[in-house]
Amino acid sequence: MNSLNIMVVGVGGQGTLLTSRIIGRVALSRGYDVKMSEVHGMAQRGGSVVTFVRFAKTVREPIVEEGDADLLISFEKLEALRYAHFLKKSGKIIVNDCTILPMTVVTGAASYPDNIIETLKSDHDVTVIDGNKIAAELGNSKVSNSAVLGAAARVIGFEKDIWLSAIEQSVPPKTIDINKKAFLMGYGE
Amino acid sequence: MSDKIIMLGNEAIARGAYEAGVKVASSYPGTPSTEISEFLAKYDGVYAEWAPNEKVALEAAFGASVAGVRALSCMKHVGLNVACDPLFTISYIGVNGGLVIVVADDPGIASSQNEQDTRMTARAAHVPVLEPSDSGDAKEFIKYAYELSEKYDTPIILRTTTKLSHSQSVVELGQRIVPEDRPYVKNTDKYVMMPREAVGRHVALEQRENRMQSDCSDFPINRIEKGAGKMGVITSGICYQYVKEALPDADILKLGIVNPLPKRLIEQFSALFDEVLVVEELEPVIEEQVKSWGINAKGKELFTKQGEYSAAMLKKAILGRDDRAYKKASVPARPPILCPGCPHRSVFSVLKKLGLRASGDIGCYTLGAVAPLSVSETTVCMGASISVLHGMERAKGKDYIKDWVAVIGDSTFLHTGVNSLVNMVYNKSTATVIILDNRTTGMTGHQDHPATGKTLKGESTYAINLVELCKAIGVPEVYEINAFDYNGLSDAIGKAVKSDILTVIIAKSPCALLKGQTFAHKCIASLDKCKKCGMCLKIGCPAITKGSDGAIVIDGTMCNGCGLCVNYCKFGAIERVDR
Repeated sequence: MNSLNIMVVGVGGQGTLLTSRIIGRVALSRGYDVKMSEVHGMAQRGGSVVTFVRFAKTVREPIVEEGDADLLISFEKLEALRYAHFLKKSGKIIVNDCTILPMTVVTGAASYPDNIIETLKSDHDVTVIDGNKIAAELGNSKVSNSAVLGAAARVIGFEKDIWLSAIEQSVPPKTIDINKKAFLMGYGE
Repeated sequence: MSDKIIMLGNEAIARGAYEAGVKVASSYPGTPSTEISEFLAKYDGVYAEWAPNEKVALEAAFGASVAGVRALSCMKHVGLNVACDPLFTISYIGVNGGLVIVVADDPGIASSQNEQDTRMTARAAHVPVLEPSDSGDAKEFIKYAYELSEKYDTPIILRTTTKLSHSQSVVELGQRIVPEDRPYVKNTDKYVMMPREAVGRHVALEQRENRMQSDCSDFPINRIEKGAGKMGVITSGICYQYVKEALPDADILKLGIVNPLPKRLIEQFSALFDEVLVVEELEPVIEEQVKSWGINAKGKELFTKQGEYSAAMLKKAILGRDDRAYKKASVPARPPILCPGCPHRSVFSVLKKLGLRASGDIGCYTLGAVAPLSVSETTVCMGASISVLHGMERAKGKDYIKDWVAVIGDSTFLHTGVNSLVNMVYNKSTATVIILDNRTTGMTGHQDHPATGKTLKGESTYAINLVELCKAIGVPEVYEINAFDYNGLSDAIGKAVKSDILTVIIAKSPCALLKGQTFAHKCIASLDKCKKCGMCLKIGCPAITKGSDGAIVIDGTMCNGCGLCVNYCKFGAIERVDR
């Protein structure tokens, strides 16, 4: 591939930052120029979080703009819908089958949209993955992002072993094995 | 294996400082500058500390420079306001060892109270400014900044912005080279700024500025990139990347130094075009100077003074076209909220129950202003909660503030809030001040401060006792209460606001995300007892939601068992149990 514009989105605390760093590490090891950026808002948890990963021969702007993403990886359904307009017409979505109600919904000021997956599918190539279920099977709720990354790795490309070694270098040492397992389950092995 | 790695802009700045041989760094956390000091603290041979505020930090760094070593101070744009007092005079004095101040601006206001432009402050203070465009630049520019600082006898500001500080790009690592310490030589004409000496240094300052102005056209950090010869663009910082993306054929003058401006270079470049574009976020700092030299330039006629730029925005403004097709879905907002188990939620819930308003401050607890808590009614800057409430009382009398309190975090209190409290004591305030003591600097990602007992390097140190501190400055009533002691807190705050005695209540409980925190409890909901009244939702805890049948659901993976919600269920449907 020549270049790829990726967005990783989710809710603060879901591991978007770590996931985008792993993708960046993989692309760098394959000889690409890589740029990533992340948005730190107020407070540490609960807000909408978006990170960008771009790789190509030369990358200028560290962000991906509306209508320009090749791949949207979302750890939560509503966040996939929120950022779907960043995708190119040919863009793909990997979405975690997970619902986290924003406070605006909890307080009754807004309602959580129905049928998000169907809405997304009407315009895009969508892969749904139940990362939370995989994480529950492995007994650690925190590794669902590695399962989602596994599904995304299928779409992005590169050899499986490169992904595994990037995970090894990026996650806390005690959780390397379980993160690799989650990745492989998401990858489809 | 090459030593090319991906680095966050802030990490690259720290790496550059390390390679430049920096020995002392003193800073105060502030998004988006915080990580610089955290990365720097990990290097051997560098002393790095958190100071209580930016003024102290810059003065400490200056002291290290006077003693003859290379020194660094890092802060966010509004932090530089706090450090302006030393800044404006250090520019007169100059340096001994190189002195660099990294200032991180926040165009777009991702996590700040304004989007002021540090280049304006720097011009007023007569301090040179370098501006990198990516992580690689950042690492090299800070090294160059130390050379300039020592050569021209001046502090240098390295200006970064949110997008640069918090984006990652490839850098090549170099070796650390520590220059020899420069001997300190007594020189009161230089170091003691009394009127006579300051008059002399003002002359020296102007001479230095003129010398740098005429030299800086030859600085290697400026660069002309040849294009098709049809459009000339002057730019710097992160905007350079947007220009390259949007206008690949343009001729570009990429400025590495933005104060003073390299006039000769700009004139040479501009002479090739009928008109040049100036692309800079925020204020027209470059544009106005360039225009004042008679150059036909365009800037803010096309581009906004607000927020962050992007390649798409430039294309639209310059080429009048936006060829992207996209349709934005309408979805509910997901604003930031206090975390599950956050002690601030408990305090704000009590304030809400008592019908009180809060004069707010800067930290996670600024979120006390948003629904469903909606308690805080003012937020200005660090420490202002206390002084603003004092001003209200002086304006309207003590009865006027019977339904007001000031709320301020522990780190913010030690930053500048303590000065405001001294003012309350001195000028006979009857107010109630609540220190939200969560044992850390929370919003910026858990930095230690003078009351935590740990330094930036992770060493143990004396922990300032906030109760004793408040008593020592003369606050007559000081109470420390567990932030989750709902009834105790209600009683204490209720009494304090009614009384005519200045009272400080320290609501203490560690941040729920603080490392090493363990939780012995969890909250569970009994569906058969839930009357679906929604009272427990009023505290705005992200772990509590309504199920499809209207009964509440507590997310077991999010709940930390703080038990605040238990106080809100009249029907005993929520129980706090052992984990």
